Amino acid sequence: MKPKIMTQTEFLHIVMPFKDKVFRLAKRLLVSREEAEDATQEVLLKLWKNKTKIQEYKNVEAFSMTMTKNFCLDKLKSKQAQNLKLVHSNYQDHNTSLQKQLEFSDSVHWVAKIMEDLPEQQKMVVQLRDIEQYDFDEIGKMLDMNNTAVRVALSRARKTIREKLTKTHNYGVK
Amino acid sequence: MVLNNIEQLLEKYNNGETSLKEEQQLKDYFKQETVAPHLEMYKPMFAYFSVSQEEKFTKDVPLKSNKNNLYKWISVAAVAVLMLGFYFKSPLTSAEDLGTYDDPEMAYLEVKKSLEMISTQFNKGASSINYLAEVDNTTRLIFKK
Repeated sequence: MKPKIMTQTEFLHIVMPFKDKVFRLAKRLLVSREEAEDATQEVLLKLWKNKTKIQEYKNVEAFSMTMTKNFCLDKLKSKQAQNLKLVHSNYQDHNTSLQKQLEFSDSVHWVAKIMEDLPEQQKMVVQLRDIEQYDFDEIGKMLDMNNTAVRVALSRARKTIREKLTKTHNYGVK
Repeated sequence: MVLNNIEQLLEKYNNGETSLKEEQQLKDYFKQETVAPHLEMYKPMFAYFSVSQEEKFTKDVPLKSNKNNLYKWISVAAVAVLMLGFYFKSPLTSAEDLGTYDDPEMAYLEVKKSLEMISTQFNKGASSINYLAEVDNTTRLIFKK
């Protein structure tokens, strides 16, 4: 059977339920809101251009999340290649982290800060599991990892977050 | 005891072994005003996860479809061709005036003349097909009845 041409309404109907998830994953990786918005639009536009193929995919949502991951990682890579200052600014960031830590009256925002320092893969795993609540099989498919690798990355990330939070917590108590 | 249960779940959670349902239990527990003091540090983490879940993509979904652009350019091209057509066509038609006859008698004679010409030319043309009869003769020689 030949797939019929999808209308804009049909397309939006498919995309609406997960566009926020695409955006949140993009923001987790790119940090800046503007960049995440651009990335989301880019991903949705790519989907729209490939709309004839969409109907063939069993799981458009998982496919879109993978696309978002690849798009954002590419973006980070090219950014790093272009801008060597990034390494320097990261270094500075670590230096002032203690000060910033004190400035963060809101401990919830502090968690966001901790997550920024996680390696990309761990960031994505926490994002997809603890925030978006996908099951392990789905996450594995999206990130092209096996089930065990997902659990290991998740465990490492959760332990790191806990340790850093414990430190700040004790620091606050003392 | 409930707290004991939570501690066990946290242990599993940190090893990446909890199910989504168990994680929901943890989230619900840490949503409370007061939690066990030694588990206090988990509170902002679960709170942050819940807050992050709410974030929305507020920009428009861009659907600048290429197809529409293509149609736009095709229509522009079509209009251009039409305009060119009119531009070149109009002076030619006015120059090539085929004329007409005012007198019906003259018109009749002219028509008759052209029809005669057509019929003679037609006969001339048709006469050259006569040799096709030879084909018949030859085939009769080959396929003797």
